[in-house]
Amino acid sequence: MSSALHTVSATDTLAGRVLHDTGVAVAECYQCGKCSAGCPLADEMDITPSQILRMLQLEMPELDDEVLRSHTIWLCLTCEMCYARCPKEIDLPKVMDSLRAESLRRKVAHPKARDIIAFHKSFLDSIRTCGRLYEILLIVAYKVRTRHLLQDLLMAPKLFVRGKLNPIPELIRGRSHMARIFQRAQRKDG
Amino acid sequence: MTMKMGFYPGCSLKGSSREFNESLCAVMDKLGVELEEVPDWNCCGATAAHNLNHALSLSLPARILALAEGAGMQEIAVPCSACYSRLVMTRHELQENEALKAEIADIIEMDLALNAVPINVIQALDRALEGASLESLVVAPLAYKVACYYGCLMVRPPKVLRFDQPEDPMTMDRMMERVGAEPIDWAFKVECCGAGFSVSRTDLVAKLCKPIVTDAVKRGAEALIVACPMCQSNLDMRRCAIKGMSEAEAHIPVLYITQAIGLALGIDRKDLGLQRHLVKVALPRRAVVGA
Ligand code: SF4
Ligand code: SF4
Ligand code: SF4
Ligand code: SF4
Repeated sequence: MSSALHTVSATDTLAGRVLHDTGVAVAECYQCGKCSAGCPLADEMDITPSQILRMLQLEMPELDDEVLRSHTIWLCLTCEMCYARCPKEIDLPKVMDSLRAESLRRKVAHPKARDIIAFHKSFLDSIRTCGRLYEILLIVAYKVRTRHLLQDLLMAPKLFVRGKLNPIPELIRGRSHMARIFQRAQRKDG
Repeated sequence: MTMKMGFYPGCSLKGSSREFNESLCAVMDKLGVELEEVPDWNCCGATAAHNLNHALSLSLPARILALAEGAGMQEIAVPCSACYSRLVMTRHELQENEALKAEIADIIEMDLALNAVPINVIQALDRALEGASLESLVVAPLAYKVACYYGCLMVRPPKVLRFDQPEDPMTMDRMMERVGAEPIDWAFKVECCGAGFSVSRTDLVAKLCKPIVTDAVKRGAEALIVACPMCQSNLDMRRCAIKGMSEAEAHIPVLYITQAIGLALGIDRKDLGLQRHLVKVALPRRAVVGA
């Protein structure tokens, strides 16, 4: 079955997968390094953004695996700096999205990315149930997932007195519609 | 005469950034614009959705766009930069790819014509000011040196957004000039503040925010002006997480552009939600330099 979301067909290499998912041909990158130079978190990453592209270009299973296990793909903030400056207009943030999805599918996400992934999951839980973000639930769900129970709780009273924390969630009417969208989207994306 | 404008507030404006909502509504009200919320809108999914699930990251904004067009809205004002980016990028991606558009329409089980256009807060203010002169409405010129901070998602990716110059945008600066402020020339206008890592990697947010605050202060800014709830909360709520700040760096306030304009238009501080900030907004009234 072919699908515009490219979910089913297994592509041989990660570069193929990325092309399939995003339409970006990594071979186009000529390794000028401008993306890595402008990336705000390049110095925190285990592999720089341009190196990620180089590794994909080589189409070797060991390198593909290393990319999917990297901390880098989870540190990318989608700030769009690299894409804005790339002379070849390579949509690197979109490549990162596709790599993260594949890393989750293969269950090889970097251990240090645990907190980040837990946060994203808690965030989506709130949206699935309320339709909107319920900040208190988000923080609590995240704390439970990560066991960072104290960090941030100290902040809550300060926000509360300033009227910045909603004690009650905003519930939309279309909550069952939201649940259906989540289900149907998940079926597509795996 | 009141003018109606479609409005997608997004979750932050209903929660931790409610002062952005308050100040936007107060200013729009003053300009005779009625903001009409997209009926039964849902969260756009922000970074979480596109980090974890591509189809979902398109479906959540698509539901919003479909609801807006169902309500007959031609334009939707989207003050949160992250929401704005998700809505614009989704619309763009679906416009470019008919098959994908059909799949997403099928997931959300709604018609999707993509004829409602998301606009950011600056464009919304421009629209509200059409035919009026902002200068003539100013009763208390904002006589301060300000550093306008655009962050990432208001200007990038330029190929899709086509809004202002991506490396040195000026739209906010010009608007600040019109209400009597003196925007400074500085180096961190479009650097990233760390966005979605506010809770999960506060350490990285502090690391990215420090040079932003430091450069603004070093060049003489008395306030930072922002147009995004995440930039605001990272620079304001997370200030205490930044180590080794000078007195001036610890105290420079972060105002939403709507709060800054509201002050100049003579709107009460409380109606602009200035009391809700963690870094106190203590801008003493000051006569315009040279006036
Ligand atoms: S800026 Fe573009 S061409 Fe240069 S290394 Fe990065 S991705 Fe490759
Ligand atoms: S989008 Fe990601 S990789 Fe690109 S510059 Fe920003 S953080 Fe770095
Ligand atoms: S960006 Fe954030 S706050 Fe704005 S709606 Fe989307 S998720 Fe909710
Ligand atoms: S500056 Fe920060 S919050 Fe603002 S748009 Fe960029 S990443 Fe998002």
